[in-house]
Amino acid sequence: MQTVIKNAAKGRIMKNSLYIVIVGCGRLGSHLANQLSRVGHSIVVIDSNEETFNDLSPEFSGFRIVGDATQIAVLKQAKLKRADVFFATTHGDNVNLMVAQVARKVFNVPHVLARVFDPRREQVYDQLGIETICPTAVAAEMFLMAVASHRAAAGDAKS
Amino acid sequence: MKVLIAGVGKTLFFLCRNFTAKGYKVVIINQDREECVRLARQLSALVVCGDASDATILKEAGAMDADVVLAITPNDQDNLVICQLASIQFNVPRVLALANDPDNAEIFEKLGVSAFSTTHIVGSLIEQRASLEQIINLMPVGEGRVNVTEIMLDADSPVSGKLLKDVILPKNALVAVVIRGNQPIVPRGDNNLLAGDRVVLITLPENHGAVLKAFTGERK
Repeated sequence: MQTVIKNAAKGRIMKNSLYIVIVGCGRLGSHLANQLSRVGHSIVVIDSNEETFNDLSPEFSGFRIVGDATQIAVLKQAKLKRADVFFATTHGDNVNLMVAQVARKVFNVPHVLARVFDPRREQVYDQLGIETICPTAVAAEMFLMAVASHRAAAGDAKS
Repeated sequence: MKVLIAGVGKTLFFLCRNFTAKGYKVVIINQDREECVRLARQLSALVVCGDASDATILKEAGAMDADVVLAITPNDQDNLVICQLASIQFNVPRVLALANDPDNAEIFEKLGVSAFSTTHIVGSLIEQRASLEQIINLMPVGEGRVNVTEIMLDADSPVSGKLLKDVILPKNALVAVVIRGNQPIVPRGDNNLLAGDRVVLITLPENHGAVLKAFTGERK
């Protein structure tokens, strides 16, 4: 397993292929893993529950690690030092915030993104230089935009 | 002094009992409603039921004017976030996180949060008390990168009766002080070592074992 992961980090399939580590293989994590693997990136997925790997598509060519990502030993196993991109997509905000900080500040991964459900927590971690995506805030924005564009269209039609 | 403690179980209970007995103002944050009721009955502390990594709960617990926030939950990620919120959003002057995984103690320090590991502490206590009886005191300094160890030399010690310059020490180790009777001596090469001396050693974790062996011999 170790040597296989090493090869994933070293031997990139294509020139622009990125080495991407994803923590949390739920709906979002597995979706990202499947899509990124399909376009040729090298992917390592970490989840503490082995069953979640069932959501990976049959074409998924990356690697799976069963383990708790809040233990640094697990992140080391994923060869995080060589990662270009890191996603934290578990269901726990605090887990995501912790592993994202570790990836950014201990392993110096250049691009780190964390999903954070609680919009209030998002602000604090902006201050700490961790890029976060809050699904609630994103969805709210989309809804508001949809309403605004609908009204604009209706307004145009009236005038 | 006002102390905010987020945690569970017996450690939390006894710690709070200890702090309230000393006259500290203690606020407990715990997620379990039943445990909160029990704690409120047994302790003269304010108990807030909720998630301490939620800023509104920290605010309710009075984080604004807390002197210390202590996060000792069983989840390292929660302890980290609680301490970061307390120091960033509420400017709490001192925050301290428990690292359940001992590796995380160093990680938390790197992320700007003071941390401790009970595994480290209990481990060094056991080494100090049980494994080598001659070791009187063992104190890690510099985040555990340096050990200060006090040992008692007896007649069987391979260095008893030798001049310090004749004692072969591993690299990066130092005999800092020799205490003979009540007299501390900062030794030079021409000082001798005698049975009954208490010797204070500065070592690094990587040479600690070898230095101790040089002073106590091979026995267990």
